[in-house]
Amino acid sequence: MLQVIAQIQTRNRTGGTCEANNGFCPDWIADNYDRYIDPFLQHVFLTVVSVSIGFAIAFGLALLAHRKRWLLPAFSGASEVLYAIPSVALFLLLLPVTGRGTLTGLVALVSYTLIFIFVNVTTGLDGVPEDSVDAARGMGLTERQLLWRVEVPLALPEIFAGLRIATTTTVGLAALAFFAGAGGLGEEITRDKGFQSNIAVAGGLAVLLALVLDLLILFVQRLMTPWRRAAA
Amino acid sequence: MPEAATLEFRRATKRYPGQEEPAVNELSLTVPAGEICVLVGPSGCGKTTAMRMVNRMIDISDGDILLDDRSVTDREPAELRREIGYAIQQIGLFPHLTVGDNIATVPRLLGWEKERIAERVDELLKLVSLDPGETRDRYPAQLSGGQRQRIGVARALAVDPPLMLMDEPFGAIDPINRESLQNEFLRLQQALRKTIVFVTHDIDEAIKMGDRIAILKQGGHLAQFATPAELLMYPADKFVEDFVGADRALKRLALQRVRDIDLWTAATVRVGEPVAEARAKLDDADIDYLLVVDEDGRPRGWLSERGLSGERVTEEFRSKAQPVVEMDDVLRDALSDLLESETRYGAVVDDGGRVQGILSLEVISHVLQAPPEDVPHGADAFVPED
Amino acid sequence: MTPVLASFFSDFGNAIEFLFKAQPSNLDPGTKVGGFSEMLSLTLKHIALSASAIGVGTAIAIPLGLYLGHRRKGEFAAINASNVGRAIPTLVLLTVFIAYIGVGFVPIMLSLALLALPPVLTNTWVAVTQVDRDSVDAARGMGMTDTEIITRVELPLSLPTIFAGIRVSAVNVVATATIAPLGSVDSLGTPIISENVYGEDGRLGAAIAVSVLTLLISAGLAAFQRAITPEGLKLEADASRKRFLPKLRRRETATS
Repeated sequence: MLQVIAQIQTRNRTGGTCEANNGFCPDWIADNYDRYIDPFLQHVFLTVVSVSIGFAIAFGLALLAHRKRWLLPAFSGASEVLYAIPSVALFLLLLPVTGRGTLTGLVALVSYTLIFIFVNVTTGLDGVPEDSVDAARGMGLTERQLLWRVEVPLALPEIFAGLRIATTTTVGLAALAFFAGAGGLGEEITRDKGFQSNIAVAGGLAVLLALVLDLLILFVQRLMTPWRRAAA
Repeated sequence: MPEAATLEFRRATKRYPGQEEPAVNELSLTVPAGEICVLVGPSGCGKTTAMRMVNRMIDISDGDILLDDRSVTDREPAELRREIGYAIQQIGLFPHLTVGDNIATVPRLLGWEKERIAERVDELLKLVSLDPGETRDRYPAQLSGGQRQRIGVARALAVDPPLMLMDEPFGAIDPINRESLQNEFLRLQQALRKTIVFVTHDIDEAIKMGDRIAILKQGGHLAQFATPAELLMYPADKFVEDFVGADRALKRLALQRVRDIDLWTAATVRVGEPVAEARAKLDDADIDYLLVVDEDGRPRGWLSERGLSGERVTEEFRSKAQPVVEMDDVLRDALSDLLESETRYGAVVDDGGRVQGILSLEVISHVLQAPPEDVPHGADAFVPED
Repeated sequence: MTPVLASFFSDFGNAIEFLFKAQPSNLDPGTKVGGFSEMLSLTLKHIALSASAIGVGTAIAIPLGLYLGHRRKGEFAAINASNVGRAIPTLVLLTVFIAYIGVGFVPIMLSLALLALPPVLTNTWVAVTQVDRDSVDAARGMGMTDTEIITRVELPLSLPTIFAGIRVSAVNVVATATIAPLGSVDSLGTPIISENVYGEDGRLGAAIAVSVLTLLISAGLAAFQRAITPEGLKLEADASRKRFLPKLRRRETATS
């Protein structure tokens, strides 16, 4: 059996001994950091766009399932299945359908966000205190007013939690988007995976992106839920 | 919407599918405007169901409910509910809104201007004895149970609705605070005179709060609909008798205050008065003892014979002036005081401590013979604290 | 539209054919790749790699979670382990191990074990801390030692949540094992990484195979979890409708 797994590309690098040893070389990084800019921006694009689209879809579906409970098993089952498919596989499976490029990457990444957002929006809405709902109805709020003025605001913490999970996960999965030809930092990582400097920069940027987005969303959440701060 | 509304249950019935007995069975009663009607009964008797039928949180299966002679099914539920104040046991304040925003909920729905809403919020907070400046911008989680309860009431009163529905509103509060909340609410009702449907499982609360009480039996049957005094004096059947409790007479005494009844006149004397004058007073008095008072009319003790032995009254007491009963005291408490002391008579004083009359066991039993129409109820029975 | 559909079906047809019948290799037409026996072998290697990683990760995470949870320590670390874990792309995790440690079964397996750790740790910690305090008090009052309390009271009551965490880890590990060949370890991802050898059909075929495998494992674990959950807790889980993802999110929201 052919064991041609020889994907270890030991590049013949010119330059000092640091690079030749595949080590962590600050000089090399300083010279070459601009090659990471485009992939980084593409990574940001992939993440932000797919989470946004995924949120729009999953939020809408969750609102629907909140009123029509029978839809819940169907929706959560579907998103579970999508989540279970390994990302690399999904990127490849979509290639014959949507072609090679950013679109395929986005379709796959959107699919992965769905479960987190759907489950969290649903849980958030379910967790709204029953007496508040009863009082709201008794006071004369229509179902629509009840949903938007009481239920959704009270579900925000849970919804934001789902958004955070979806975003950090997507940053991670976007690293594999190059399998779909969608670019991103993953391409840079695998291009030279034995070289510590490369891994450190490309990988570091990815991790940094995840953390920054996570904190950003947390910040927005704090802004939008002042009553939680008050209770603390 | 300032006029209090009349509410009529006209053979209102609620049947749940799969259940033989209806939850509410042809309930018929009329609540006059400005009165508190208490729905009371054991668990499962349908009192909460009946209340929730009024604002259509539960649909009416048969019969009708009329608000100011207009059927509640006449308009959209949301529209109906905005005209009805709604206060539930768990209160249900919105955790994500400040106190002010909570109260402003329905006014906002109705499109009031901002200034009007702000004014109204402050007005209501003052009405329920809370400081607007301090409470308005707080969140429910930062308040105590009693405070939340008041805000729930304030919120229900926001648009000055002609009818209020209250489902065990004080049920989640500890007994000490509950009493003061009940008193405050009655004080409010004295001023506002709203039509209120009040649900409770506690007969004592019903007797204290209600102008009229509807006792419901299992299966949503109306057992009796009467004023508290009527209920206590003439219970309609064994069920009502049992539900009200064996101490009906005592419960009635809880309805009246000393100031409401006719007291025996006291013959009062001062030290140094001529004995002849003192003896003359005895002839007009209802009892055979003289009560010694000071210059301000405050009781000091009951005079013994030796005090009348000379020319002038001297300070010789046969017993102290105990118990001293106040005009504002509830009769039941006054009775309790009388029974504890060894004398047969209690001096009744006003809030300045001056003697107004004499209370005795005979006076009290006389009160119990009075017809129920003479007994005040609801907010009328309530005398504000000074 | 039809040409797209036609090529779609033919691509998939070829890919499935690859799974069952060996084809000439792209790189060296003289050698054959693909076919059922090779696919089966790769599948077994994939499972072996995943199972080892899950085993190691769980063997560390559960005792650690039990100990910390029982003592009510390490809340910050336990809760945020999953957050931090999520922020690190699996690709980065693997390539860091490759670049800094080396290639081969052990480094790759360890990197996957590290991937498996956070969900199990967080879930174990949360589950133990949420065990009814009264039960623990009673046990202590009966004279149980700490170890006995952990093993006889806290662990059994925490099992469903712990298992939910293991499910999440399992799916993550099996999915990530697809890129193990980057570190010179064979798995079902081999035809994907070594596309030059296995060809486009091989790549697509492997994608199908690994998807099916992961779905089967996910569904299988779900069924197993339902089977071992005591009746009362099952109703609770249904009510919360979060069977798949750990309950940890409620804690997250509480501390965030």
